Amino acid sequence: MTSALQKLHNIPATALFGMFVIACYIFVALFAPVIAPYGESEIVAYEFEPWSRDFWLGTDSLGRDMATRMIYGARNTIGIAFVTTLLTFLLGCVAAFLSATLQGWVDQIISRAVDVIISIPTLIFALLLLTIFGTSVYSLIIVIAIIYSTFVFRIARAVAVGIVVMDYVEAAQIRGEGLWWIMSREILPNAAPPLVAEFGLRFCFVFLTISGLSFLGLGIQPPAADWGSMVRENASLITFGDLTPLIPASAIGLLTIAVNFIVDWMLHKASGLKE
Amino acid sequence: MSKDTPLVEIRNLVIEGKSDNQWQPIVKGLDLTLNRGEVLGLIGESGAGKSTLGLAAMGFVRDGCRFAEGTVHFDGTELTNSDWETRRGLRSTRIAYVAQSAAASFNPAFQLIEQHVEFPVLRQTHTAEEAREDAIALYEKLRLPDPGNIGFRYPHQVSGGQLQRAMTAMAMACRPDLIIFDEPTTALDVTTQIEVLSAIRNIVEEFGTAAIYITHDLAVVAQMASKLMILRHGEIVEEAPTGQILTSPKEDYTRSLWAVRSFATEHKKEPSPEAQPVLSLQSVTATYPGMAWPVLKDVSIDFHAGRTVAIVGESGSGKSTLARTITGLLPPDSGTVLLEGKELPGQYKNRSKDQLRQAQMIYQIADTALNPKQKIRDIIGRPMQFYRGLKGRELTEEVRALLSAIELDPDTYIDRLPSELSGGQKQRIGIARALAAKPKFIICDEVTSALDQLVAEGILKLLDKLQREFELSYMFITHDISTVRAIADEVVVMKTGQIVEQGSRDQIFSPPHEAYTDLLLSSVPEMDPTWLTRLLEERASKELSEL
Repeated sequence: MTSALQKLHNIPATALFGMFVIACYIFVALFAPVIAPYGESEIVAYEFEPWSRDFWLGTDSLGRDMATRMIYGARNTIGIAFVTTLLTFLLGCVAAFLSATLQGWVDQIISRAVDVIISIPTLIFALLLLTIFGTSVYSLIIVIAIIYSTFVFRIARAVAVGIVVMDYVEAAQIRGEGLWWIMSREILPNAAPPLVAEFGLRFCFVFLTISGLSFLGLGIQPPAADWGSMVRENASLITFGDLTPLIPASAIGLLTIAVNFIVDWMLHKASGLKE
Repeated sequence: MSKDTPLVEIRNLVIEGKSDNQWQPIVKGLDLTLNRGEVLGLIGESGAGKSTLGLAAMGFVRDGCRFAEGTVHFDGTELTNSDWETRRGLRSTRIAYVAQSAAASFNPAFQLIEQHVEFPVLRQTHTAEEAREDAIALYEKLRLPDPGNIGFRYPHQVSGGQLQRAMTAMAMACRPDLIIFDEPTTALDVTTQIEVLSAIRNIVEEFGTAAIYITHDLAVVAQMASKLMILRHGEIVEEAPTGQILTSPKEDYTRSLWAVRSFATEHKKEPSPEAQPVLSLQSVTATYPGMAWPVLKDVSIDFHAGRTVAIVGESGSGKSTLARTITGLLPPDSGTVLLEGKELPGQYKNRSKDQLRQAQMIYQIADTALNPKQKIRDIIGRPMQFYRGLKGRELTEEVRALLSAIELDPDTYIDRLPSELSGGQKQRIGIARALAAKPKFIICDEVTSALDQLVAEGILKLLDKLQREFELSYMFITHDISTVRAIADEVVVMKTGQIVEQGSRDQIFSPPHEAYTDLLLSSVPEMDPTWLTRLLEERASKELSEL
């Protein structure tokens, strides 16, 4: 117990702040139906009600409660971003470790395919694919995961190539271990620190991309609440001096900063710097 | 300064290093006096503080270390609390440093001579033109081939021994009063080591330069230094003139260092001619993909149960390639590898689990051979689980038994990570991992060359014990002749991928030898301060008579 407190004490304030913010977000996302005063897409009043006791953040363009939508938005936006990032890493790491371990033509084919995807601007490519495959949540997750897995692939492959030449990997190979053992037991644990840091950063990018796509109308579809489309739907309020549309925007911003604080700290630890 | 004051005078020096947020002493109150033109040898195991002390003589401590107490005077100037400018002014003009790995210390992007002239010009002792002429003169003195042009090559275009000599030349560029040599020949082959040693000795004598020679190899330092200092745990064990300390060491620790080279295994019976070898190479030729000529040419060796075959040769002789061919990482172009009379597939991927189990390997550097994220339990347990299907309690019991067999306490070590072990202990885990498969044949690839002598001796004894217990057949790859002398039943001398000579230990070590074996054997430093002088004279007279 004391050692756990000790460890907590050694974590810099910025990282603690990041952890606190993320814990709050997760809490809100998990208990959204309990916390939220109204239903997710329930129309409860006239459009664009001002802030009041009944409607903490007013109502949106259809008369739905903004605070409720913020709470449910956390669930949708963060949940989808998290699943997408996990899938991104699964795809990227498996492809990268395959490339690094097998080398030769497997490496060539995967690497060149990745080059092709990377060479197309991310947002335009995502828009293109979503237009073709439709804008369901699943196609959103898969399209973003594939596009971003190419960036993960680049990093994971570079790390893995350095690990594959180690004697312990050679020892496992000539012991007769299978590909999956070598990738999951010999390479992955040793590649983990930079990949964990990358996970945090990538999560932010995925999150921003989903919000961006929602703003453009190709992301999470109404009536599901999400912060990106909430900015778009209520953007016109800005012209009347109402700051409400900035609230979902700053929720996105705050999460991004929090994640980056933690990532910075992890990178610092992984790089072995003392001060 | 007057001639009577010592060049370097270190008094009660304490250097501390920071670990786990605490300052720990690395050097604990040392005194050292070095006169002009004198060569002092610093000997000790790794971690004894010899490099730290060597650097301290330049008024330098590594990052994360600090001078805690004591003084370092260089020619009357106090260095521990002098300002940065003073120390910078001394370095390279009056004090120079030759590092262990010249290859890592030269900038690969510049020609040797450009790096050589940089300091004389910067310190304005020479113009660029003079410095270049001087460099060529120094290259000639150090007997580098084609001294007029070799300086215009890049570091990767010359050999390791030449690079080490070029670095010594560079250290000489400003004619310093003191040169610190930090293990300058440790990474070199014995035959190259001779050239570097004699070159260093000549030039130090000629210019009357004082030197601190840091090494863990007694025989080498005996050739170079007039005075020896033996360090252990940051303290002086013994200090005396070379001749005296070699013939009559006072301390037990010093004596134990001397005794290491006396270890030798018992002679074993010759195998009967009809006995089937465990593993047999039959005229194996192998080529790396994309290379025009083979790295192994027509190699045939038999490995018998309970016996050790030592493979000796310089770097690039194909020793390690031989291991790669046997383990199936580099399939042979022609010839066969037989395991108990049956042909092994060339690629390890085509071998059966049992074939893979029979031939195991122990690596040179245990740090990279053990997965840093796996516990000892998993490292040793995995081959048992993989080849023999052990699990649960049975597996744990076996792992514990094996840890006891390699003389490590199971309770203490079973749940540690490799990073929580010392170098020698890591190597023991490497041995245990090979044993866990219950093999018949083990390749030991330079297993002791990264270890201190005392630790290495422990490993050799352990390997010998295990061999007798399990009737193991060892292929022992090494470039260290004294190890071969200690443990080999049979010796194979290799050069450029071919076998030069092979036979029993007695045959190889008693004359007449093949010319190359002779060169290799005579190049091994002996514990006799006059050895290098004698050897060079012998070789010179031989050359004369051949002309």
